[in-house]
Amino acid sequence: MSWAGIKFWPEAISAHAENVDALAISFFALIWALAVPIGVALVAFAWRYRRSNDGPDRQQPHHGSAWLEWGWMILPFLLTLAFFVWSAGLYRDQHHPPPDAREVYGVGLQWMWKFEHPGGQREINRLTVPAGEPVRVVLTSQDVIHSLFLPPLRIRQDVVPGLTTSLWFEAEEPGVYDLRCTEFCGVSHSRMTGELVVLEPAEFEAWLAAFDAGPTLAEAGERLYRDLGCSGCHGPNAAVRAPDLAHLYRRPVPLERGETVIADEQYITDSILMPERDVVAGYEPVMPSFEGVIEESELVALVAFIKSMAAEDGMDGNAMGADAPSDPAEEEDAE
Amino acid sequence: MTDAPLAPPRSENFLTAKETIRSWFLTIDHKRIALLYAAALFVFFFIGAAGAAVIRIEMLTPQGDVVSAEGYNRAFTLHGVIMVWFFLVPLIPTTFGNFLLPLMLGAKDLAFPRLNLASWYVFMISGVFTLAAIWLGGLETGWTFYTPLSAVYADGWVTLAILGVFISGFSSIFTGINFIVTTHTLRAPGMTWFRMPLFVWSLYATSLVMVLATPVLAITLLLILAERAFGIGVFDPTLGGDPLLFQHLFWFYSHPAVYIMILPAFGVISELVTAGARNRVFGYKFIAFSSLAIAILGFMVWGHHMFTTGQSMYAGIVFSFLSFLVAVPSAVKAYNWAATLYKGRITLNTPFLYALGFIALFVFGGLTGVILAALAVDLHVHDSYFVVAHFHYIMVGAAVTAFMGAVHFWWPKVTGRLYNEHLGRASAILLWIGFNLTFFPQFIMGYLGMPRRYHAYDPEFQVWHLLSSAGTPILAMGYLLPVFYLGWSLYNGRPAGPNPWRAQGLEWTVSSPPPEHNFHGPVKVTREAYDYPKEDAYKGPLPRDAWREAEDDREEGQAAEDRR
Ligand code: HEM
Ligand SMILES: [Cu+2]
Repeated sequence: MSWAGIKFWPEAISAHAENVDALAISFFALIWALAVPIGVALVAFAWRYRRSNDGPDRQQPHHGSAWLEWGWMILPFLLTLAFFVWSAGLYRDQHHPPPDAREVYGVGLQWMWKFEHPGGQREINRLTVPAGEPVRVVLTSQDVIHSLFLPPLRIRQDVVPGLTTSLWFEAEEPGVYDLRCTEFCGVSHSRMTGELVVLEPAEFEAWLAAFDAGPTLAEAGERLYRDLGCSGCHGPNAAVRAPDLAHLYRRPVPLERGETVIADEQYITDSILMPERDVVAGYEPVMPSFEGVIEESELVALVAFIKSMAAEDGMDGNAMGADAPSDPAEEEDAE
Repeated sequence: MTDAPLAPPRSENFLTAKETIRSWFLTIDHKRIALLYAAALFVFFFIGAAGAAVIRIEMLTPQGDVVSAEGYNRAFTLHGVIMVWFFLVPLIPTTFGNFLLPLMLGAKDLAFPRLNLASWYVFMISGVFTLAAIWLGGLETGWTFYTPLSAVYADGWVTLAILGVFISGFSSIFTGINFIVTTHTLRAPGMTWFRMPLFVWSLYATSLVMVLATPVLAITLLLILAERAFGIGVFDPTLGGDPLLFQHLFWFYSHPAVYIMILPAFGVISELVTAGARNRVFGYKFIAFSSLAIAILGFMVWGHHMFTTGQSMYAGIVFSFLSFLVAVPSAVKAYNWAATLYKGRITLNTPFLYALGFIALFVFGGLTGVILAALAVDLHVHDSYFVVAHFHYIMVGAAVTAFMGAVHFWWPKVTGRLYNEHLGRASAILLWIGFNLTFFPQFIMGYLGMPRRYHAYDPEFQVWHLLSSAGTPILAMGYLLPVFYLGWSLYNGRPAGPNPWRAQGLEWTVSSPPPEHNFHGPVKVTREAYDYPKEDAYKGPLPRDAWREAEDDREEGQAAEDRR
């Protein structure tokens, strides 16, 4: 929304964004409704009870009133609680991507954004997605904390080194929009911007196809899996006894210390970088750490490959990537 | 008291009782230490303001053209670090708290006068460290020092600045301990807990937070130093640390710390509103306990700074709920202040104007805080100018305005002089207009998507930045004007007499400036705070001139007689 070239309200291109706007506008209305009486009372009393005005009766003592006090504590609180419930609901939705969301991998680093599609298409400072389809962006950082902010979708997610985070959205309106980093990340923080390109689905497919993509992410991961020697231990005929990874993704894993966790992206990533942290029950902690050995993008490929193996045997990787944090066991793991 | 002299004799006046430089730097008089702090904070305020000026000038144009990106980042880091730790946190407790607490309680001094002096020296040493870091070239981490940026990646004098902030924490802790012990042990006979002025309650709550929260900051900063200096992995994931742990620890201190900045301001406003309305305060106990409720709840909401970090969904929801809850005791105060005006006898003099301005800005700042606590909205406006506007409304719009009100209210007490009321009211109004012009546009551009800490920005935001920058000189005038007329009043102001506002409170029963040992004889309290007479015979101007005092007091004595 703009007037005379001045923008007053940002454009909204998803149902979620419109919901957030509705929430914000009605919440603003409520706070004005709560604030204005105070302002009116201040001005009206200051005028009526000015010192030079001998008119009004000042005799009646008025130094407190319990019902008034509890009234103006409880009533506004209950009114605002309605907004708590509404906003928590929207927040919850943000944590529950639809199971069929398309996945894109994003890496933040000083000072650029790298995105990679499952088909191996890579972009820098640009994120291309189809309209009308849920997209889940899986994020990690190579150095400091960044934050991916997509204003027309009203969402952002911090991108934290050592942590896999994600956000999802379903953009409705094709177009080119802003994409920004909003966690201060060093000298060129304000240049860590880019664009979100939303294409019609057909155009998007054409764009994907036109890409001279090398191997897909999972294929690249599979090569690494062999080259780095993972298959040497985790393979079916391996000499060392190590857990089978083919059925791993989204399955519960019993740990040596007695807990059970769900093998999500964070768990798989941690197991590659910090294998000694969550040792699987019944196995020796013999796996070396690959921390510092592989790059962030290689890690992404490896994880994609492990997920794809689960997809092959009927557990659709993409599908299950979805409702991740809904599981309490996994919540614990994230702590 | 009717024969109180226009000004106390030199030997009694705490300002002139001893006149060597040494007597100032080794003083253990709480009133002089308050002035030492005031002098230091005055300097820090101007340094911090210089940082703000660089920011607002750079934001005039979308291109980063006035200073380099590095220079800009260093400017806002300087601004935040100095303003938060070397101005806002100590602002009211160390100046008016120090000056007034013993006077309000009827005590000769704080419980530990030497500790009080030590806290000033510790504060100055910490200031030297931080100023040295800035002098040597500064740092670029923001005042929040997020890891791993601060611990591993940031250039500049991070270690030195962190040491400064670390040391300054000790001076907060000293002050907090001193205030708590004083309030418990040095109340004059008859000064029961519920007869204490509300300013004392707010200082008490603030001190609790200082003593309980500051050690967490100290530990956190030490852990960063350990990581920076010795490579011990605590927060850095490449060393096996957890970067979010830093944010938890940091906000576990810094959220309560925002209440360190605002609670004393609440106390000031309760004093100003009652004196301006010449009325008993509405809901004394509710105001007093709301300070304690804020101090306690304030420890349970730190996670609302981390909704976007990837902390668990359940944590987010719980922290959001608790943040909605913490707004309740803040709102109570605003409603009670408004109700205090009811059936009052109101003069719109300078301190009262500041108080009204405060209430408006605080209500707006507090309510936008609740909007930020709404999770889905925060996902959109976190780390944008919306947040910048929110906390400036509270920390500058409210806390600093309360401080300015306090300066104008107690100036006659501290210096014994009256200032020019017209200029006083003019600067209260300038400050209010300048402030809103500077910060209101930031709410709008924040919702539009303008991120904070951006050196160069998208041209669509420029209009709002221009408005914001245009407000700054007006705001600066609002702060600078008092420096001149207050300074002038020191030499030419009319003598104030003991109680130019005809206010209640023990501090107004002693001469202005107060005698070195506060009270001449034993103090006995027989009335509740804010016991303003319902019928007030006095109709003259406020503040009243000292030379009219004798006459007025005679009238007042007559009226009191009649009442009985
Ligand atoms: C009515 C009670 C309040 C509520 C519910 C509230 C809520 C919030 C929330 C949710 C945020 C985080 C926004 C974000 O980073 O996305 C925030 C930020 C902040 N608030 Fe408040 N707030 C309240 C009162 C205060 C007070 C009294 C102060 C200061 C005296 C204050 C100072 C701050 C500061 C300094 C920040 C941001 C720090 C930063 O990110 O640099 N708030 N507030
Ligand atoms: Cu907070």
